[in-house]
Amino acid sequence: MRFAELRNTARELQDFQLRLGVAGLAVLIAFALLLARFVWLQVLQHDAYSAMAEENRIAVVPLPPSRGLILDRNGEVLARNYLAYTLEIFPAQVRNLEATISQLAAYVDIQPRDRARFRKLLQETKNAESLPIRTRLTDEEVARIAANRWRFTGADIRARLFRQYPHGDLASHVVGYIGRITTADVERLEEMEVAANYRGTDYIGKAGVEASYQQELHGVTGFERLEIDAAGRGVRSLSRTPAQTGNNVALTLDIRLQEVAERAFGERRGALVAIEPATGGVLAFVSRPGYDPNLFVDGIDPQSWDELMNSPDRPLNNRALAGLYPPGSTFKPFMALAALELGKRTPASVIQDPGYFIFGDRRFRDSKPGGHGTVDLYKSIVVSSDVYYYMLANDMGIEAIAGFMGRFGFGARTGIDLDGEVTGVLPSPEWKHARFSQPEQQKWYPGETISIGIGQGYNSYTPLQLAQALATLANNGAMYRPRLVSHIDNPRTGERQYVEPQLVRQVGLRPEHVAFVKRAMAGVTTEGTGRWAFAGAQYTSGGKTGTAQVIGMKQGEKYEEEKVAERLRDHSLYIAFAPLESPRIALAVLVENGGFGARAAAPIARTVLDYFLLGKLPAAPRRPAPEPEAESDAQSD
Amino acid sequence: MEIAGYPLRRLRAQIVEGIDPTLFTLALVLSLLGLAVLYSASYENATRVANQTANLAAALLAMWAVAKVPPQTLARLAVPAYAAGVVLLLAVAGFGEVVNGARRWLHLGFMRFQPSEILKIAMPMMLAWYFHRREDAIRLRDFALAGLLLAVPVALIARQPDLGTALLVAAAGFYVIFFAGIGWKVLAGLGVLVLASLPPLWGLLHDYQRRRILTLLDPSQDPLGAGYHTIQSTIAVGSGGLAGKGWLNGSQTHLEFIPERHTDFIFAVFSEEFGLLGNLGLLALYALLIARGLTIAAGAATLFGRLLAGAITLIFFTYALVNMGMVAGVLPVVGVPLPFISYGGTALLTLYVGIGMLMSIHRHRRLIQT
Repeated sequence: MRFAELRNTARELQDFQLRLGVAGLAVLIAFALLLARFVWLQVLQHDAYSAMAEENRIAVVPLPPSRGLILDRNGEVLARNYLAYTLEIFPAQVRNLEATISQLAAYVDIQPRDRARFRKLLQETKNAESLPIRTRLTDEEVARIAANRWRFTGADIRARLFRQYPHGDLASHVVGYIGRITTADVERLEEMEVAANYRGTDYIGKAGVEASYQQELHGVTGFERLEIDAAGRGVRSLSRTPAQTGNNVALTLDIRLQEVAERAFGERRGALVAIEPATGGVLAFVSRPGYDPNLFVDGIDPQSWDELMNSPDRPLNNRALAGLYPPGSTFKPFMALAALELGKRTPASVIQDPGYFIFGDRRFRDSKPGGHGTVDLYKSIVVSSDVYYYMLANDMGIEAIAGFMGRFGFGARTGIDLDGEVTGVLPSPEWKHARFSQPEQQKWYPGETISIGIGQGYNSYTPLQLAQALATLANNGAMYRPRLVSHIDNPRTGERQYVEPQLVRQVGLRPEHVAFVKRAMAGVTTEGTGRWAFAGAQYTSGGKTGTAQVIGMKQGEKYEEEKVAERLRDHSLYIAFAPLESPRIALAVLVENGGFGARAAAPIARTVLDYFLLGKLPAAPRRPAPEPEAESDAQSD
Repeated sequence: MEIAGYPLRRLRAQIVEGIDPTLFTLALVLSLLGLAVLYSASYENATRVANQTANLAAALLAMWAVAKVPPQTLARLAVPAYAAGVVLLLAVAGFGEVVNGARRWLHLGFMRFQPSEILKIAMPMMLAWYFHRREDAIRLRDFALAGLLLAVPVALIARQPDLGTALLVAAAGFYVIFFAGIGWKVLAGLGVLVLASLPPLWGLLHDYQRRRILTLLDPSQDPLGAGYHTIQSTIAVGSGGLAGKGWLNGSQTHLEFIPERHTDFIFAVFSEEFGLLGNLGLLALYALLIARGLTIAAGAATLFGRLLAGAITLIFFTYALVNMGMVAGVLPVVGVPLPFISYGGTALLTLYVGIGMLMSIHRHRRLIQT
C-alpha cells in the first residue's frame, strides 16, 4: 500500500512536470506571437505608423460652447452668462499646493473660504487640468497677477463665462443651478456616451431646469485643429469648427407671478403650484424657503453648504416636487365627485352630522363641535363637514376610493420636467401589503378607510399632484402632464421648438357631476370656509380649504393651536381655480404649520389670483382672516 | 563590524535569508525600468515617480515579509483569505460604491478598495490548499468542487461588472486546476463547452463590454471614443520602429496622445521610446521571470507549493500577455496593468506578495530530486 502510494506520487510528479512543460511551451508560443505582432507593427508597418505619429502633431483643442439662457414666459432672463477673470491653479504642475496658494495670496485676496472651496473642488474633480482658487478678479488684481506671473508656476489667469441668476433665490427650485463637473458626473456622461461633447466643459446642471434640460442648454462643443511643435505648443490653427451655443429654454412660468406668490409666503415655509389647466403649463412653482443658486456657481464653499444643509427650514428641499403632505379637506371635492360618479350619493341625499361618527368602538370627531346638522353634498363641501365624508368613505370602501383617486394622478409621479419627483402614497390594501412586513400590519382595517375620506390617514401627496388633480377637475377630466418649459429656441437659426401639451388621460366624468362640484367649490368662496379670503373678489373662483394634521390626536383631545409647538402645528392648505366658467389657472397652496387652511393658505391663493387675473399687486398687508373662534364654521375646513 | 554587539554579517545573513536572488533581481530590474518609463510618461515630473518609489518600497517590504512565511502557514491562510474575499465581494454587491456603472469599490471610510484584488492571490491559494488536502485521492468530483469554488467569486466579480478581473481570477484558478492534473480529455471537453457557450454569453455582456470587443475588431468605428485608446497606442508602438525614439523622446507620449499612459497603457510609452529591441528585452525579462517561477514550482516540496508556484507564475504571464496584447491592438481593452511597470500601489503590492510566495516555496523546496 505504502509502495503504491509512493509510486503514485512519483507518477503525479512526472505528470506535473509534463504540465509545467506544456505551460512553458504555451508561454513561449504566446510571446512569439506577440513578438510577431511587434515585428509587424514596428518593422513592416513602421513607415505607415511613423507617418501617422507625424500627423499626430496636430492637436484637437475643444472649444466649449456657451450655455443657453433660461427665460420666463415673457422673455425675462432667469439664468445668463457673463465673462470674468479667474485665477486658476494647475494641480499637476504644482508641487506644494498650500505654498503656492499662500504665494498667490500676496497678490490677490484669498479668503479661508476660497481655500476651503478649492480643497473641496480638488477632492470632487480628479484629473481636472485647472481649478479656480479665485473667481471674479477685479481689474486691479488681474494686473497685479499679470505683472508677477513669472514668479509662479502652475497658476494663471483665465477668462471664463460664468453663470448668473439675476433673480437670486426667486424660483430657485425651478431654475436650479450649475456646478463643476464631478467625477460622478463624468461617469454618468460616459454612460450616456456624450462625454466627447463635454471635453472642455467644466460646468453641468445640478438641479432644476438647469439639470433636467442640461442637454439642450449645453450646446455642441467645437474643435480647433492646431499644429503643435514638439513641445506641444500650438503653432498655428489649421481649421476651426466653432462651438454651437446651447439652446435657450423658455419657461411657461411667469416670474412676476412667481414673485407675487413667493412674497405672499413671507417668512413662512411651504409650496405653491399653479397650472394652466388646458395645457399643463406651470405658471408658478414655489417652494419656500429657497436658496441663492449663485452660491453654487463657482463651487459652493463648505460653510455656505453646511448652512444650507443644516438649516431646520431645509431650503434645498423642493417641497412642491418632493414634499409629502396629507391633503386634508382639499381631498373632499374629489371624494364628492367620486360619490356622484360611482352612484354612492346624489346631490339631494342628506345626512345628520352630530359632530362625530362612530365606527365600531371608535369615535371620529368633526372639527366643528356639535356638528353641522343636516348636510347635503353641496353643504358638505361649503362648510367642510367631516362626518359627511367619514360616512361616505365607509360606504365607498377603500378599493373604490383608491381606484377613483388613482385616475386623478394621486400617488403617482406627474412626469413634470424636473428631476427628483416623488410618488407619494395613495392608500389601498395593495399598498399597505407591500409597505409593511408584519402580517398584522399588512392587513387593511375598515376603520382606516374612515379618515381617508377627509384626506388624512395614510394619504400623502406632493403639492404638485394636488395642483394637477385640481387642474384635471377644472379641465373637466382632461389631464395634462405638468411642464415648466414652453419652448426651446435655437439662438443661431432662430428655430423655435414648442413643447406640445401632452394629454395624460381623459378621466371620464359626467359633465353635470363636474359642474356640481365646481359650483360647490364656488360656494366655498362665497358662503363657505373661504369667504373671508375671497371677500370682494372681482372674478369667480372655486376653492377648498384644508388643514393637514402633523401629529395624531388622541380621541377626545382638543386641538389647541397655541399650546402646540410651531413645528407640530397643522399644515394649512388651499386649492383654487379661476375663473369658474373657463378656468385659466388651477393652484394648490400649502403653508407648513400654518394652522387652519382658511387663515394662512387661502389669502396667498387670493393674492396670486388677483395678480394673475387682474394684474393687481398686493398693496398693504392683507387684513388677516378672523380667528377661528370668531365664527364657528370658520374652523371647519 | 557590529551593531549594538550584534555581528553585522549575521544580521545581513538573516535579512537576505530566503530571498531568491534571481527572482529578486529580475523583479527589481523590471520595477526600475518601470520607474524610468514612468518618469517619461509623467513628462519628467518627479512627483509620480516618487510616489511609485514609495509604493515599490512598501511592496518590497511585503515581499520580504511573505518570503519568510513558510508555505505551511500560507496554506493555513488560504481559507480565511478566500472566505474574506468572497464576503467582501458580497458586501460590494450589497452596498458597494458604483463607479462608471460598475459596483466594484468598497468604502472603508478612509480608503476605498476593490475586494476582487484579494481574490487574485487568494483564489490560487484556496484551490492549491484544497487539492493539497485531497492529495491522496484526487478524483473528478474534486475538480468539480474546485470549479465551484472558482465559479462563485468569478460570477460575483463578473456581475459587478468587471469582466477583465473576472477572467484573470478565473485564469488563476484554472491554472491550479490544470496543474493539479485534470484529465486531458476533460480539459478538451471543457474547451468545447466554453466555445459553445460564447454566443449565449454575448447576450449577457454589458453594452460597454460588447463595444470594447467590437472596437477591437474595428477601432476606426469609434475614433474619438473607445477606439481612441487602441488607435493611439498602436501608432505609438508602430512608430517606435526597431530601436525606438529614445527615452523621453516619444512624440505620441509627450504630445498627450496616449491615454492612461501611466497605468494600463504604459507599455505604449515604453514601446515607442525603446522600439522592437526594447520589447524583445522586456519579453526576455518576463520569460526569465516565468522560467524561474516554473523551476521553483518543479522543485516545490508539497503539492500546495507546486500548485501555488505554478499558478502565480502563470498569472504574471497572463498579465504581461493581456496588457501587451491590448496595447498592440490584438486583445480587448481590459483594465490589466503591465506587471512591475504600470503605476499603481495595489497592483505592485499584489505582484510582490506573489514573488514573496514563490521565494517562500523555493526556500522550502524538495532537497532530493526524485
